Amino acid sequence: MAGNPVVEDWARDFDHTDEAWAADPYPIMSELRANCPVARSERYGGAWLPTRHEDVSAIANDTDHFTSRSIVVTAHRPPIELAPAGVAPPISSDPPFHSQARRVLLPVFSPQTIDKLEPSTRAYCQELLAEMQGKEVVDAAIDYAQHIPVRVIANMLGLPAEDGDLFRGFVLHVLEGVALPLEERIVGFQNLFNYLMPHINDRIANPRDDLISLLLASELDGQPLDPFHVVRTVALLLIAGIDTTWSAIGASIWHLAKTPSDRERLVNEPDLMPSAIEELLRSYAPVTMARLVKEDFEFQGCPMKAEEWVLLSFPAANRDPEFFEKPDEVQLDRSPNRHAAFGLGIHRCAGSHLARMEMRVALEEWLKAYPDFSLEDPEAVRWSGGQVRGPRVLPLRVGS
Amino acid sequence: MKIVLDSGRCQGHGRCYSLAPEVFGCDDVGQAVLLMSDELTVEQVPLAKLAADNCPEYAIEVS
Repeated sequence: MAGNPVVEDWARDFDHTDEAWAADPYPIMSELRANCPVARSERYGGAWLPTRHEDVSAIANDTDHFTSRSIVVTAHRPPIELAPAGVAPPISSDPPFHSQARRVLLPVFSPQTIDKLEPSTRAYCQELLAEMQGKEVVDAAIDYAQHIPVRVIANMLGLPAEDGDLFRGFVLHVLEGVALPLEERIVGFQNLFNYLMPHINDRIANPRDDLISLLLASELDGQPLDPFHVVRTVALLLIAGIDTTWSAIGASIWHLAKTPSDRERLVNEPDLMPSAIEELLRSYAPVTMARLVKEDFEFQGCPMKAEEWVLLSFPAANRDPEFFEKPDEVQLDRSPNRHAAFGLGIHRCAGSHLARMEMRVALEEWLKAYPDFSLEDPEAVRWSGGQVRGPRVLPLRVGS
Repeated sequence: MKIVLDSGRCQGHGRCYSLAPEVFGCDDVGQAVLLMSDELTVEQVPLAKLAADNCPEYAIEVS
């Protein structure tokens, strides 16, 4: 989908949509970290890629020099007038506006609220597994992982779960259609907002017990949240809540399929699940964020120019040998494990507690149904490229 | 031993209250809160250290 020229020099011309990066970015990150820890690209109007944990953390925490006005790297920049809210508040918002816009969302994603969603999530996972029953080969990405977050977030927002294919289409466009011409990008976003606006208008007229109604009833700075803000936040939740968790569940199952010792250990030691989830998140962190440089600024000897991109590769930070012992080894009981899969600083993933619950329930139910499974064809596995990486095709042999 | 939680650094990752629910709880937005006085009992020390070692924001200090 990228359509960009193939990368030959990762230090000077990197492209996170390149097929080699999607297939296996870790050797590339490792070489960059050793030889050119902040890589450069002239693509997308100029971009930088720090690969050390220390640098990723420094930039994530530096809201003076870097703005979140847009967090998806494309050749285009969203209008400056969108600040301080940005395209999809609060992920695209800068301080001090950010904390108010985030405060509205956090109670809905608190551990206490998320706990209540566990039974319905578990029932849905069981339903998906029941549909696969009797098959010897299933696709853990297509038949299982992709459906779970769609159903959960649709229920939270109060949107019809049967629109799942539509939601995945929006996600694909926003996150993987980054090389499309501006006109096509705009049409894609219009489709998303045209889908959402009737739902928002309906909740304005008829509030229900759902997240859209709750956002409409929320206040920011003593004023009701305006529908334009609400629709952009709902768009964010729909986009950010789907393929991220889908990727994390898929990558975890992929790891267990190719690593029988870890699979057996997790089946025999179910108490290991919480720490295993943190380690799988560290090892296969799906999400890379981005910032724009606010004003010309030198960072680690790199002359960063205003409006250039910085890719915040949490996956690269999580594999830094300066920060983690044997970072390329998956150790299900790893501790300490201060991984950055959910980001660092004020933009820590607002849905992290939800994502963890979905991962845990999805893996528990999968292992209950299939304590023994393996890759049907390692060559057939396909990973998404761009800023959210996870298996999109994952055929597994689950029966003999 | 003493424990200090720096609420300014905490971003609500929730690692501490998952790993050491006897020592940490969370408020309605997911920010960590200390459940006990800052002086740790002998039993609490290993848990508090585990939480400190796993905080991505270095918001917990046990000393």
